[in-house]
Amino acid sequence: MPAPSTSPAPPAAGTSTRVTGGVGESARRPDGALKVTGEFAYSSDLWADDMLWGATLRSPHPHARLTGLDIGPAVAMPGVYAVLTHDDVPGRTVYGLERADQPVLCDGIARYHGEPVAIVAADHPETARRAASRIVAEYDVLEPLTDPRRAIDPASAPRVHPTGNVVRHLAVRKGDFETGLDVAAEVTVTGEYEVGMQDQAFLGPESGLAVPAEDGGVDLFVATQWLHVDRDQVAACLGMPPERVRLTLGGVGGAFGAREDLSMQIHACMLALHTGRPVKMVYSREESFFGHVHRHPAVLRYEHGASRDGLLRYVKAEIVLDGGAYMSSTPAVVANAATLGVGPYDVPHVSVDCWGVYTNNPPCGAMRGFGAVQAAFGYESQMDRMAAELGLDPVEFRIRNAMSEGSTMPTGQAVDSPAPVAELLKRVSSVPLPPRERGDDGYDLRELPGGVSNTTHGEGVVRGVGYGVGIKNVCFSEGFDDYSTARVRLETVDGRPVASVHTAAAEVGQGLVTLLVQIARTELGIDEVTILPADTEVGSAGSTSASRQSYVTGGAVRAACEAIRERVPDPASLPDGEVVEETVEWRHRPTSPLNEHGQGNAHVQYAFAAHRAVVDVDTELGLVKVVELATAQDVGKAMNPDAVVGQINGGSAQGLGLALMEEVQVSGGRIGNPSFTDYLIPTILDMPPTRVDILELADPEAPYGLRGVGEPPAISSTPAIVAAVRAATGAALTRIPIRPEHILDLSGVSEGERT
Amino acid sequence: MEFLRPRTWNEAVAVKAAHPEALALAGGTDVMVELNFDRTRPASLLDLTGVDDLAHWALDGDVLRLGAGVTYSRVVDELGFALPGLATASRTVGSPQIRNRGTIAGNLGSASPAGDAHPALLAAGAEVEVESVRGVRHVPVAEFFAGPKRHVLEPDELIKAILVRPASGPQEFAKIGTRNAMVIAVCSFGLALHPHARRVGTGIGSAAATPRRALDAERFVSEELDWQGRGPLPDGVARRFGELVAHAAEPIDDGRGTARYRVHALAVMARRTLGWAWAAYRKG
Repeated sequence: MPAPSTSPAPPAAGTSTRVTGGVGESARRPDGALKVTGEFAYSSDLWADDMLWGATLRSPHPHARLTGLDIGPAVAMPGVYAVLTHDDVPGRTVYGLERADQPVLCDGIARYHGEPVAIVAADHPETARRAASRIVAEYDVLEPLTDPRRAIDPASAPRVHPTGNVVRHLAVRKGDFETGLDVAAEVTVTGEYEVGMQDQAFLGPESGLAVPAEDGGVDLFVATQWLHVDRDQVAACLGMPPERVRLTLGGVGGAFGAREDLSMQIHACMLALHTGRPVKMVYSREESFFGHVHRHPAVLRYEHGASRDGLLRYVKAEIVLDGGAYMSSTPAVVANAATLGVGPYDVPHVSVDCWGVYTNNPPCGAMRGFGAVQAAFGYESQMDRMAAELGLDPVEFRIRNAMSEGSTMPTGQAVDSPAPVAELLKRVSSVPLPPRERGDDGYDLRELPGGVSNTTHGEGVVRGVGYGVGIKNVCFSEGFDDYSTARVRLETVDGRPVASVHTAAAEVGQGLVTLLVQIARTELGIDEVTILPADTEVGSAGSTSASRQSYVTGGAVRAACEAIRERVPDPASLPDGEVVEETVEWRHRPTSPLNEHGQGNAHVQYAFAAHRAVVDVDTELGLVKVVELATAQDVGKAMNPDAVVGQINGGSAQGLGLALMEEVQVSGGRIGNPSFTDYLIPTILDMPPTRVDILELADPEAPYGLRGVGEPPAISSTPAIVAAVRAATGAALTRIPIRPEHILDLSGVSEGERT
Repeated sequence: MEFLRPRTWNEAVAVKAAHPEALALAGGTDVMVELNFDRTRPASLLDLTGVDDLAHWALDGDVLRLGAGVTYSRVVDELGFALPGLATASRTVGSPQIRNRGTIAGNLGSASPAGDAHPALLAAGAEVEVESVRGVRHVPVAEFFAGPKRHVLEPDELIKAILVRPASGPQEFAKIGTRNAMVIAVCSFGLALHPHARRVGTGIGSAAATPRRALDAERFVSEELDWQGRGPLPDGVARRFGELVAHAAEPIDDGRGTARYRVHALAVMARRTLGWAWAAYRKG
């Protein structure tokens, strides 16, 4: 992989050249070697000598009335210490990120396949699982609501919740649409698209250890994305003041949004408090597919209007997002899909309606790039079709309509920092195309569609090139009080200045702990910086999501260091034995809610990435090999260039998965493939070499000028790959993930069917 | 659950006779998954990994004997020339870790319609050597499968070895998966040319209740090919062969693919693999 190129950026305030491993360097991760050698302790490795193991009984039905629950056979088993149900929830019986609508344990109606019904603690995990299976649960099976398009009708039945099935409908109107006029254009293109249910597929399943404390409270060690919001929900459901529930971050094996909602947290605490023993819960891979939210499946209808000379005039869109049985973060997903629904383009007239609905499908919530990912597949597919309709090159058409600094979003918000959409597109499109590599025999199976499965030696293989560009909001939006807390302590030990940084920010694998060290080194001018374990003994850091932690917790650590420097202008000269400590709560600029036309300065920052995908498609078998992904992304400031490249490669891979293989298959409300045998994620033979081009155009509002990095590459790689497959095959491909059957036209008599 | 671990083959056969309900365990790449998911709970497990003479292969006259403990990795590393079809198929199994543990005989024992080794073994005309205290018998692989995940072994029988002649002509294996590695077959196809017998062997995977041969396709193409003159393969013959292979399949729709796609893909794979094998044969 070529080294990322960087553009010059203005020097950040407070940077110092005295330290090594400061901001802008590829400092090494403290957890890197441990993870590579398998020694890193994940939350599933947590252990207490006298601990019990928890297990969960789940509903086998997507919609059913629980008519009977006999825990007797489970309680009677030797080694079983507790069997708890809905009636045993000590406090509030429901929880949720935006609205508490999800029962801790089934409240009489099971609303999705996998809903927790009862929990068990036993002295061995297998005993706990067997005891759970001996609980006799009787159900009156009800008709499930599984079509999200039906659910947007306020009168749709059955009602998944008494409030009706529409969680949120957001209308965004800009230009003539805002004043109620209709808009026409010389050329129009209409399309309907569908996005399947993607899973975050983190490798470390839900797990944690709850330890009852002497004060009657509980200490919970857990892999999560936001310790404080977990704590508040757990405390409410345990009927305890928040200070009696103390959380410490366990080793997190990936998150991608799936750990924003609670999974085993309340259950483990209930069992620990009930038994007076530490209780560990670890989901199996299969259970994990039922134990966390997924990416919202979407149905998107788009109408694009443009002038003959290739300027977008209007976009109309209707987007339906299937939120499944509970709310989770559906309202925020709706906001993103609606406000970012036309993509990074200047569009004078916009009308977007987006619905997030309840159904009896598995609950959906946060996943990397949420809302923006679904919309991007729709609007980028449309951009390619419109370009074709106009006879324009797809890159040229995008560049003509690319938004830039000073553009106005469909929400009326002015974009007040660099938005180099055209530049990103120019960069990816000017990268030389990869050669067609051939081995000694004329081919190398590993380079061909199908890989070593030996389905082609080049026959039927057609190359295609496609482009995608996306936009994502960074940080929390719509007036949310989004802040982070950092406590920095400076002292001199044996003549050497050392600093410790304490935040509650969740390191989920992205490298935040490395970044916070770099910031403290740079700001304090000292080399030795320790990151303390993340826990609730310090104030909230907010969520590790929305590409926000470098921005917000990074900003908080910088601010705390600045506060120390005000007291000790030269931190390296602090006398031995003296201690200086500062705790700072840091906020980004405020945002505002959206009005009834979806207007308002709802977002903090926008981030952009563009992809070019080169694919080889076996046009007779419908198999795809992505040959290369070229990415250009503006990161404002590459705080840690290696980590930035890692995020871009990882996001690109996740987008590749959505384009070509990743789907939780749901039929009649039931998950059909809850395993890594049948839920496929890309392997090393699927993920191609990448070319990563990093721009650093500072955002004057952001710490160091940085721009959130994690999500944009997961947005644009998907439409780029689909476009490349379309270019190779001519297939319409209106649904992702693409399956071989979509590439081939098997509607007529195909090969093998002749007699 | 009882865990039985014989040290010799004779002991293993005796233990199996005494415990006919025992489930044989080799690499554990299928059995342990089933146990972990609690889908199977056999009264006892018969661990064959302590029987060391099982993990060997040797040429016995003009037949290769693959002991029941021979792994996919060893076939890939050591038998690429002797059994190219089986080696190609073995290379598509799971990940390197799985290939290091999983065995060809275990693949037969699991008898999944999607087992990767089966089409190659069918095409090559392999036999399964099974033994019990009652004696030894040889079952052609084509007669080995009784249904999805079922085979014809009696409860007291164990697979001792797989007997197969080293390739006397080109062999091919192709498998459809929806990613480029580590994937269960959507459908698969094995092909072997047997020039001495002027016969083509076939094997279809994951497109019927059991792996099976495409007999009409074999008969058709064996007669059509110019074995003596090694002339070119007419395109019409290759296509007809593909169609006949597809006709031999009886696939279903499932989460991994549709029946229609499987039929189509088998025809394409059969046509292509025949082309590759015949081109190699013509080169000599």
